Formats: sequence, structure tokens, C-alpha cells
Amino acid sequence: MEANTRDTGRLPAAFLTPGSSSFMDFLSDHAPDVLPGNRPLPAVEGAVQAPHGTTIVAATYAGGVVLAGDRRATMGNVIAQRDIEKVFPADEFSAVGIAGTAGLAVEMVKLFQLELEHFEKVEGSALSLEGKANRLSTMIRSNLGMALQGLAVVPVFAGYDVDREKGRIFSYDVTGGRSEEVGFTAVGSGSVFARGSLKKLHRDDLTEEQVATVALQALYDAADDDSATGGPDMARRIYPTLTVISDEGCRKLPEDEVSGLVRAMHEGRLEQPNGPKAPLS
Amino acid sequence: MSTPFYVSPQQAMADRAEYARKGIARGRSVVVLQYADGIVFVAENPSRSLHKISEIYDRIAFAAVGKYNEFENLRIGGVRYADLRGFTYDRADVTARGLANVYAQTLGTIFSSAAEKPYEVELIVAEVGPAPEDDQIYRLPHDGSIVDEHGSLAVGGNSDQINSFLEQRHRDDMTLAEAVKLGKESLARDNNGGERELTADQLEVALLDRSRVQQRKFKRVLGPQLRRLLGEDSSSGGSSATSGSGESDSSSEGDAEE
Repeated sequence: MEANTRDTGRLPAAFLTPGSSSFMDFLSDHAPDVLPGNRPLPAVEGAVQAPHGTTIVAATYAGGVVLAGDRRATMGNVIAQRDIEKVFPADEFSAVGIAGTAGLAVEMVKLFQLELEHFEKVEGSALSLEGKANRLSTMIRSNLGMALQGLAVVPVFAGYDVDREKGRIFSYDVTGGRSEEVGFTAVGSGSVFARGSLKKLHRDDLTEEQVATVALQALYDAADDDSATGGPDMARRIYPTLTVISDEGCRKLPEDEVSGLVRAMHEGRLEQPNGPKAPLS
Repeated sequence: MSTPFYVSPQQAMADRAEYARKGIARGRSVVVLQYADGIVFVAENPSRSLHKISEIYDRIAFAAVGKYNEFENLRIGGVRYADLRGFTYDRADVTARGLANVYAQTLGTIFSSAAEKPYEVELIVAEVGPAPEDDQIYRLPHDGSIVDEHGSLAVGGNSDQINSFLEQRHRDDMTLAEAVKLGKESLARDNNGGERELTADQLEVALLDRSRVQQRKFKRVLGPQLRRLLGEDSSSGGSSATSGSGESDSSSEGDAEE
């Protein structure tokens, strides 16, 4: 009875196969070439020149967690982009910040967001925060081949755990190794300086506004000593991005709010160029 | 081997249609209504977890009646179709029309393929637009046909009666509370003109709300909010006074989808 048995326009079998709630599993079944990890790697000599994102910091506070990123992407000694965004909401209660090869990282985030949304729609309930963190681990691991050729992607994942009612931070290495961080972390080229700054400024009982300032201070210190990290660009009004995740969900602070915090911090730096002094004991 | 009896194609198709229609008529109905801020779905469904109404994509929702395993299969297929399309092109390129076409092709092929049992399902695919005139509602019967609908619509059990009930009472500029109440009243009609009593616990209500700030416009209306909309919440006088603004409160409180 079928007029056209080869291509009927109906959904292919892979679409109607029950079982998996994972969009990546579906892709590997139906369209494996679309998956980032499945591309053949051409042999290249030397480093590939592609824009790299730089520094991301994450810090917890009493009501959740904040994720902040500078706005610079570099390609060798050139600034490739001065207003790149590197922190993305992953779903309602989590966000991911990326350091490393910008193009691959943005694609990874897009797939990660979709993976979480797909699971939520198919299952009718969201993944646990641990589950999301593990999913991201798998995705980084699938990029290992690229990473070994110098195109690494290293994200930070932060979210509000609705079961434990607190903000949590997960950091990763290029092989997909995952570790939960207590209090704060930083990734990217300026992370060493940012982490030093966070170590002196971060406390557990900070308010949302205070933790946002701590993150901005840390990024300022990173930009102070690392050429690949961009400081706040007062002339162009390009400021770091701040994303706050609390029990109310994930919220990117609007530009006027960020600019207020940045200006206040900048005023302080005009007095004390090295930033606030931590007590000696 | 004995020669099978000759069955005319007309008879064969009529039998299959009859089979599917009977299966669909056994289930309880779903109604879809356009209201001022979007599209609301109301279904009679005592289960909290086995949904008849679900989210497909940012602006697209899905409702179905009939056999659960069959429409659940189609629903997941639709989510996969929408997510893949949005991933390869852009989120704006996922449309209800495209999805409805794929569903129609799928149902049509299954219906006319002698090797498969026809699906006993009837689907609704709806998309909320930036303005009321951009809203789209498609009805997809079991045989793969596709009907573009407006205003209000019922599918399932006694859809004819519910439809005529809705036609007389539905307006496009209804508030959410009015639309949900009308949906409930229409579902409470039974076959012989009588009326049953339906409570919030027996209803599954979800909406595509164009006024939502989030990208995903789909939202389930659960427990206390549903009771408030239906005017069942008589425990506190204050809540009924704020029920109008309560809708906007809850739409900004985030994607607590479940």
C-alpha cells in the first residue's frame, strides 16, 4: 500500500526507538558526524592558531554560586575578540564557563545545554547536579584528540544543588577528570593569579553583591599579571560577565548592575592599585 | 495454504479507521484553548507523572489522546526532531508546521502500511507566536491528515459534544482563569448531556505563555496555582484577591517544570 517505500517522509526509526533520554546517544545513533568527538583529526605540525578564551572564576556564597568571566579571546599575541562571552547558562540551575579553544568550547556548551534540556523534556524531570557534571565530563573526554593537538577545552561547571540547597562548583582537566571545588576555583591562563586573589578575599558568608565584587577583584588581578586576560574596558564599557545561580535559578547580572560594581572596584584600585589588603592574621 | 478472502481496499481502510477511532474514543479528552496570552491545554488525567501534555520546544507543545505507549513514542520522536533541527540550524527554525508535517507523514505511513497496526492516537501540535494572530494549532488524526485549527478544540472521547460546547462559549481574549475554567466545564460534559464534577486533582493543565520572559514558553500549572485559577481555593481570602497578579508572579518564578 505504500507508494514510496524508500523515503516516506516519516520519522526515521532512530527517532522512534525508545530507550535513551540522551541527545548525544541519539546523535551517535542517527547522525554521528554531527557529534564533535567523531570528526577525523587531520595531522598537523605545530600549534593551530585559533582564538582562545582565557580566565573564568567561580565562587560560592551563602545563597548559591557566582560564575564570572573576562571578555577577551586571544590568538597568539593578538587579541582576537574583546567582547566574547564565556559564561553560559546550562539550564535553570546551572551554568558553564569555558576556557580554551573558543570555537570548540562554544559548540560543546551548545550541545551540553541541549543534552540537559533534552533529558528534561523526555524524562519529565531534570538531571541531578552530579549527573549534569558527569555528562560534561564525558563531553570533554570526547574532545581529548583535539586537546592533544593543542585545541583543549577546559570548562568550569557551577550550579545550585536543589537537593542539598547550596551552590557547588566542579572543575575539569583536559582528559575529562572532574573534581568538586570547595569555595572557589579559576581556570584559564590567568587562573593562577585569580586563584591567589580569591584565596585572600573569599569567605563562605559573603552576600551576593560581595561575592560578585570578589570575583571582579580576582579577574582584575588576573588581568593585571596575565596578558591574555582582559581587564574591564572602561572606555568601551566592556565589563566582565557575572552569572549568579541561586535557588531562584540562573541569572546573568544586567550591564548596569555590573558597571556599578566595576566602577566601585575601579575607584578603590585608583587608591590601592594592588587591591584590598587582607589582614595578616 | 488456503487463499485469503478478497477484501476491497475501501473496506480494508474503513476497518483500520474504525479500529483506530474506537481506540481513541475510549480515552478521556484533551481541550486546547487560545487565551489572551497564549494557548492553554486542559486534560482529564488523574496521573501526575504520565503526561498527556508535554513540551516539545521553546514555543511548541504537544498533546495527545489514545494509547499512551504510541503517543509517548511519537512525543519523544518529536522532541528528538526538534532538538536536532534546532542544533543543526537555529532555535528559531523549529516550527510547529514542520513538526506537524513530520507527524502527519509518520501517522499516514503507519496507517496505510498493511504490515503495521494503525496507531490509536490523535495529536495536537501547537505553537505560540509573538502575537495572538501568530498562534498555530494543528490537529493530527490517526490517519495522517492534518487540520489547521483556531480558537478552541477538543480531541478524544466525546470530542464532538465538547467542541460544540466550546464553540458557543470560547472567546480569543479570555483570561487564563476563564479559559481554564471553560476547559474544565467542557471536559465535565458526559456523553448523554449530563455533567460530572471534576476537581483540580483530576486535571492536567499546561500552557504556552507568550508573556514568559524565558525562552521556553511551556509551563505546567500545578497544585495550588491550578486550584486558585479554578477558584477552588477557598481557604484564604487573600489568595483569590491576588489571583490576577498571581499568574504573572508564577510565570517569572522560573522553569520549575516539574
